[in-house]
Amino acid sequence: MRNFIQFLVKNSFVFLFLFLEVIAFALLIKNNNYQNSKFFNSSNYLVGNLYESVSNVTDYFNLKTTNSELAQHNAELLSANINSFTKIYGNTILINDTSYFQKYVYTSAKVINNSTNQRENYITLDKGAINGIKPGMAVVNSNGIVGIVKNVSPNFSSVISLLHQKMSISGKLKKSEYFGSVIWDSDENNHRTATLKEIPNHVEIQKGDTILTSGFSAIFPEGLPIGTVQYFDVPKGSNFYNIIIELTTDFKQLSHVYVVKSLQKEELDKLEGLIPKDVN
Amino acid sequence: MLIDIIKHSTRFLALLLLQGLVLNNIELSDYINPFLYVLFILSLPLYASKYLVLALSFVMGISIDIFSSTLGMHTAACVFMGFLRPYILKILEPRDGYENNFSVNIADMGMKWYAIYVVIMVFTHHLFLFYVESFSFSQFFSTFGRALVSTIFTLLLISITQLFYYKPSKKRR
Repeated sequence: MRNFIQFLVKNSFVFLFLFLEVIAFALLIKNNNYQNSKFFNSSNYLVGNLYESVSNVTDYFNLKTTNSELAQHNAELLSANINSFTKIYGNTILINDTSYFQKYVYTSAKVINNSTNQRENYITLDKGAINGIKPGMAVVNSNGIVGIVKNVSPNFSSVISLLHQKMSISGKLKKSEYFGSVIWDSDENNHRTATLKEIPNHVEIQKGDTILTSGFSAIFPEGLPIGTVQYFDVPKGSNFYNIIIELTTDFKQLSHVYVVKSLQKEELDKLEGLIPKDVN
Repeated sequence: MLIDIIKHSTRFLALLLLQGLVLNNIELSDYINPFLYVLFILSLPLYASKYLVLALSFVMGISIDIFSSTLGMHTAACVFMGFLRPYILKILEPRDGYENNFSVNIADMGMKWYAIYVVIMVFTHHLFLFYVESFSFSQFFSTFGRALVSTIFTLLLISITQLFYYKPSKKRR
């Protein structure tokens, strides 16, 4: 026993080192499993506030691009306005007899921290639980999809970016309606491209084809742009295409985004019950 | 002693903010990311006990992790670096031992000693960090390359900071 204690005392430095490494790896593995402790992520109060005040300054550098994006978006909304339509005089009149109800609610938010160079990228937004944001909501911007909300604190929320090695989103080819999953290739580490998988090789595709969200997961509204086909081939012995897509969202220029609340998600999730979600 | 505590705490804060707010946003060609914050562990005083160095490495690592939402990654690498430091100092020790009042910078320790020390420490830290990040040896060479190139950029930044300490007049005396 005495020898054992002597051994411990003699090697206490090594044991302290091993102890601290075990803590570090425990944190690492816990973090990788997405049970990230609520205190230590970037929506934590102190760091969140610091990022917000830095973002208050750095936002000015992006004003020009943000303005033009907003102007473009405004133009699109104006063109969808009822005033920009006129009645059709003629023999055929379109009668719309379906009654609509609202399916998605959008909340605008500002990006106050963003990373693109890690294997697992996260985005911090300046809106949180007070503004009705909950984990699992989709985040989009005027160009395309951005990510899914992971954690919320009262005033901030952190979002798993599409640029995350474990993110997978259901997407479909606009032309043929075939669907597959869009996965970011973390080994390539390119913030402009992703891979579309599970498209069978008999489907006709061309360079430049558009990929939209499929709407299957009820997180993202159907028909939002994800990207365009940049390159495709069929690996030897495979029945599926290997498609590289160029993302429509430029993750290096994110500043204003919309958080999408799906009003039907709960109902749909309840119904689908045991089916595992395609996003973890 | 008190002055040293203030000096190193200020350096800790300055490097933490510089890394978290500026350098984490720097990336050249999507691969290279300099980690200047290791300079804090590198320049802890020679008389500091190895336990203190290990503990401070842990604190530095976890602070950087909280900033960049990579909990555990930098902590593991920093603790490893803090663990290696006393052994590397021992290997590099001059024949007459270290002078007690010397700080670990290029002016006190000399160009050659400092270069060897910094290259070994930074490269082991970066190797450890990048392999922990990829968490596998499957892309062995690409990870190795990323660590190597990032090391070069970190070394470049460290040599810029050493320009502040370098006093040629004192050397020639």
